[in-house]
Amino acid sequence: MDIKAGSRLACPECSTELVVVKPPSAPVALTCSGVAIVEATADRPGGGHADAAGEGALVGKRYADEETGLEVLCAKPGPGTLAADGRVIEIKGAKPLPSSD
Amino acid sequence: MNLSLLLEMASSASDERIAVVSGDVALSAIDLDAAARRVAGRFVELGATGVVYCGTNDVSFPIALFAAAYAGIPFIPLNYRLGAAQLQPLVEANAGAVVVAEVMPVVGADPAMTIDRRDLLSESFAASTDVELPGFVDPEDVAVLLYTSGTSGTPKAAILRHRHLTAYVIGTVEFAGAEPEQAALVTVPPYHIAGMANLLSNLYAGRRIVYLDAFDAEVWIDTVRREGVTQAMVVPTMLARVVTHLDGRPAEVPTLRTLSYGGARMPLPVLEQALELFEGTGFVNAYGLTETSSTIALLGPDDHAAAFAGDPVAKVRLGSVGRVLPGIEVEVRDEDGNVLPVGEPGLVFLRGEQVSGEYDAGSVVDEAGWFPTRDRGWIDADDYLFIEGRADDTIIRGGENIAPAEIEDVLVRHPAVDSACVVGLPDDEWGQSIAAAVVLSAGREVTVDELQAYCREHLRGSKTPETIVFRDELPLTPTGKLLRREVLADLAG
Repeated sequence: MDIKAGSRLACPECSTELVVVKPPSAPVALTCSGVAIVEATADRPGGGHADAAGEGALVGKRYADEETGLEVLCAKPGPGTLAADGRVIEIKGAKPLPSSD
Repeated sequence: MNLSLLLEMASSASDERIAVVSGDVALSAIDLDAAARRVAGRFVELGATGVVYCGTNDVSFPIALFAAAYAGIPFIPLNYRLGAAQLQPLVEANAGAVVVAEVMPVVGADPAMTIDRRDLLSESFAASTDVELPGFVDPEDVAVLLYTSGTSGTPKAAILRHRHLTAYVIGTVEFAGAEPEQAALVTVPPYHIAGMANLLSNLYAGRRIVYLDAFDAEVWIDTVRREGVTQAMVVPTMLARVVTHLDGRPAEVPTLRTLSYGGARMPLPVLEQALELFEGTGFVNAYGLTETSSTIALLGPDDHAAAFAGDPVAKVRLGSVGRVLPGIEVEVRDEDGNVLPVGEPGLVFLRGEQVSGEYDAGSVVDEAGWFPTRDRGWIDADDYLFIEGRADDTIIRGGENIAPAEIEDVLVRHPAVDSACVVGLPDDEWGQSIAAAVVLSAGREVTVDELQAYCREHLRGSKTPETIVFRDELPLTPTGKLLRREVLADLAG
């Protein structure tokens, strides 16, 4: 699957939906609790994850893979855990700023 | 990432809370999303190549903005205050766009493509046939064209792509981070980058946006109280009017947690009075440019509080714009492009994902991604950025670079002076001489000699204006920026 900036991706088995903020520098296998992420428009059986542990994918959080530079934004939350080539990808820290708007 | 995704996310997280209020119309993010998709269908059916918005703040502004994003075409807010002669070329430059207007007709617009903004709220304003919206909007596509305020001449269109604006929002705002009672009062107009940033940030944060279509100090304070406003952003002229209106009385706005200001240089006397009158409110100075998708540096509430408490270092930093946001890099360079050390003033360059630096005529960003702001400034040892003003406005007198703001800051400290504008006049001996146009405070008098003596006392003699004239008012843009070229024409003529 081609991961390009702006593409909408989803987990076929849980409710997690992602948007690509930065594409990876090299092809990478993006997974949600071990299940390959697909295009958001693809078929999504939605069977869930048997082994969903951890906090899942949180809406509005950015997840970044340091090795490839891949960065995704979680647009819809889900119980799965995101990984790139098997590496769990972590929330990119955003320090809350005082509101300037 | 594109703008419509921000709304889609806001609507999916929405618990029916109100997202936007204007007059007696209130919409949730879900309502707004439905309206934007409906209107987008009609825009696509019309074959529009863009969406021009010509009007004050209103719920139709976000509907039109997000409809443009869903339709995959640029949104172009124009300054509705412009005279016909200035507005017409901007409308004609965007032929093919639908024009959403508060007042019809719009000069230069095709009547068949002009839409009364009130119609956008109507369920019947929709595609009459089955129209498909483009599912994928490329982050590289143009999201917004903003005509810069044109203090230096003809307005030029700054291009902001979806990736710039979304980088700003997702990089600085916590999604759905606002508590249910939070409300932001927005008085900056839709054609100003701060108006755009306010809308996107508050919507993404889940904070109710309250629009005020025309600024009035008394109405502003009443609205803060009535709507329980927790956040507000003003330009310096608005804060000055609020301070004048309060006339020494406390503001009594207990709900207001944050008052941010930006868009032009804030006179220190106004800020100091405001800090005294708005007890319990945190002040934020936000610095940014249209070309940087709004705020790139912030001076936060703690810095303001420390200055108000008398901390001498913090008092100096009250004249700064604070520190740059995470993800933004700043360099100060000399005229030859050499990076200058801490404390030395020069030209300010910025780099970061939200920085566009692109105009209709082309990009001014260099190969390494640095955007020349054309602002002059310097950075202190703790990374606080000080902005002196536009490089073009710098006065060069006898080889010495003089920032007009430095002299203006001294002049406005004189109790008889309300506001001042300092410019350089052509001078055979010095290259340029310093001239000031001064507006006196109501009921006060002072002589030119007294003001010159006051300047000499606080500045070097070489920075004392040779010419001082009194004027009833200074020419300002609607968002409070000084029109120096008009003052210059006045004083040189």
